[in-house]
Amino acid sequence: MANMSLEKIKMPEQAPDIRNKNFEEVSLGYTGEMAMEEATRCLNCKHKPCIEGCPVNVRIPEFIAEVAKGDFMAAYKVITSTNALPAVCGRVCPQESQCEAKCVRGIKGEAVAIGRLERFVADWYMANATETPQKPVSNGKKVAVVGSGPSSLACAGDLAKAGYDVTVFEAFHKAGGVLVYGIPEFRLPKGIVQKEIDTLAALGVKFMTNMVIGKVLSIDEIIEDMGFEAVFIGTGAGLPSFMSIPGEALVGVYSANEYLTRINLMKAYQAEYDTPIRNSKSVAVVGGGNVAMDAARCAKRLGAENVYIVYRRSEAEMPARLEEVHHAKEEGIEFHLLRNPVQILDNGNGQVRGIECLKMELGEPDASGRRSPVPMEGSNYIIDVDTVVMSIGTSPNPLIRSTTKGLDSNRRGCLVVNEETNQTTREGVYAGGDAVTGAATVILAMGAGKKAAASIDEYLKNK
Amino acid sequence: MFRIVDKRELNSAVTLLEIEAPFVAKKAQAGQFIIFRVDEYSERVPLTIADYDREKGTVTIIFQKVGFSTNLLAAKEIGDTILDFVGPLGTATEYEGMKKVAVVGGGVGCAIAYPQAKALHAMGVEVDVIVGFRNKDIVILEDEMKAVSTNYYLMTDDGSKAEKGFVTDKLKALIEAGNQYDTVIAIGPIPMMKFVSLTTKPYGIHTIVSLNPIMIDGTGMCGGCRVTVGGEIKFACVDGPDFDGHLVDFDELMNRNSIYKQREGEISKDHVCRMDKLAKEVIH
Repeated sequence: MANMSLEKIKMPEQAPDIRNKNFEEVSLGYTGEMAMEEATRCLNCKHKPCIEGCPVNVRIPEFIAEVAKGDFMAAYKVITSTNALPAVCGRVCPQESQCEAKCVRGIKGEAVAIGRLERFVADWYMANATETPQKPVSNGKKVAVVGSGPSSLACAGDLAKAGYDVTVFEAFHKAGGVLVYGIPEFRLPKGIVQKEIDTLAALGVKFMTNMVIGKVLSIDEIIEDMGFEAVFIGTGAGLPSFMSIPGEALVGVYSANEYLTRINLMKAYQAEYDTPIRNSKSVAVVGGGNVAMDAARCAKRLGAENVYIVYRRSEAEMPARLEEVHHAKEEGIEFHLLRNPVQILDNGNGQVRGIECLKMELGEPDASGRRSPVPMEGSNYIIDVDTVVMSIGTSPNPLIRSTTKGLDSNRRGCLVVNEETNQTTREGVYAGGDAVTGAATVILAMGAGKKAAASIDEYLKNK
Repeated sequence: MFRIVDKRELNSAVTLLEIEAPFVAKKAQAGQFIIFRVDEYSERVPLTIADYDREKGTVTIIFQKVGFSTNLLAAKEIGDTILDFVGPLGTATEYEGMKKVAVVGGGVGCAIAYPQAKALHAMGVEVDVIVGFRNKDIVILEDEMKAVSTNYYLMTDDGSKAEKGFVTDKLKALIEAGNQYDTVIAIGPIPMMKFVSLTTKPYGIHTIVSLNPIMIDGTGMCGGCRVTVGGEIKFACVDGPDFDGHLVDFDELMNRNSIYKQREGEISKDHVCRMDKLAKEVIH
């Protein structure tokens, strides 16, 4: 008999006043009992709409049925037959606009907690599994994967399972892309990312760090000199935008990428690590996406007394996940909505002393249906801050497209691919994730990586 | 892991390391740099490539012990390894059309000026090298520089070796004496590069400087190294590190490089920044 409770089983989490002083994970995850109970809320619908909502089509009712039975190992096998990184997806996917948005239980009451259940199963497996994954039989064909973020990891995982000899080239000293430098420890523990990567390595995927493709090797050299028969480009959208307003060069102005890289990858918040970060009393984070929430919540954890989100639209238009906005508010982040910075002010010593903002109001919907913010003349005011973090978006890094002939990109610098196959304008070269779409989500990147892996398999089988 | 195959102390503060890094060695060109990380707890620090040997697969770096990480690196011995060594990064110096060039190096900046002079010399360009040091005890790369220059001018601030004075004095004198340089390449402390640029500006001589802002990734993903050049934001790690000295906002760069001074001071309390002192002496 299904559990007809209208609400999800609550997931335990650290109290806001405690967690905003540490970098440990906010959400603590379900226990086995909680997971089994939540699993009984799934109606196991015939038409299974949730699966269509998942970009990698996890067979959701099937794995949930195993959870309900208490066979967590069987549940794990169902999930990982289509999803290489369940512990990551269960934590960072915007389920409210994907699988859970389609859940029938969500029509009246809350959707089944698919993300929390996926996360539980993956965490259970990491804590309890003793078996090591079997290396698939090699087919002798080499595929290169450039970048090691979510799209690349998904692509590499599927290719390795299909018997390919996969090498991942990563520019940084650690693999994982945004999962290690961008998303903070309190949302996605780095130990979990490392375990997922170790699992891929056990499948035979080779990781080469410190390899900036476009500088140390070109795509052409990878194909012609190194014997790779196909290449997947999953280099993301890591080039930060600035506003081009006065004062952006002052000491104390960071891009969110720099701020988060120092904190997450270089562990600047831990005394035993050498990379420094600014000691801030008051911080303004400009932007309204997940990255802005991450930066603001990190600033609070680093000890800033006042942390402000400055966003030019209203809360309804914020691209950040609801859960993250909610968590940020609980932790004491203040929101300056419908506000747009016009300049950053100098304290006289070349350092930030404040940010001058203009109030905005929402105008009529434009052709795309989005209401654009319109400045209110003379409404300028100053927020006293000593640090500003710019989190207004990123675009693809030009390094690869500018060093590879025949690789077309659009006006926004995104690689052009065939939508069916994810092949670029070069035969044998595929791309996916933010490098193609511009900044998007982890799970969409993974979906693209999987699609490209299937196309590469098809291409090399027929070659 | 990257193995150290040779080590030499060029003076009491400056160390040369030759490091096994075949991928970097294969592609390195003058003007490019690497980023190193000594161990798991270390920060990422950029250093310009001083030399490379494509056959041996090694890259040479020369650096001054100015803080925690450079001291940590300098403590490594032949046979030791460091964790990360990534490169070549940045855009190689563009030499097209050059016929007579003055390469100006200040202090440890000579280590970066050396591959420039070497590359130009190999191309058959006439190269005058002007190098400046505080005193005779810290002169580096004298023989190496001589071997790749048409004329070599050594300056010391206190006159304890060769000529007394600053590199800018010598450069101005050479220009006044009728040397028609099509380009001046200046590498050293920021104030020195600023004053070389100010020296050449009235003569309209194209001047290239190699900037050294704070960096993390070195691949263009954070903008920590942003500099203002001709009124535009540039990322030194991808657009540079070479820029037109007449367009660079040197004061802004110097301000931005001061951001972690206090923290660096905490880490290495005993250290007195010689580079800063040298820079001040160069200006005054």
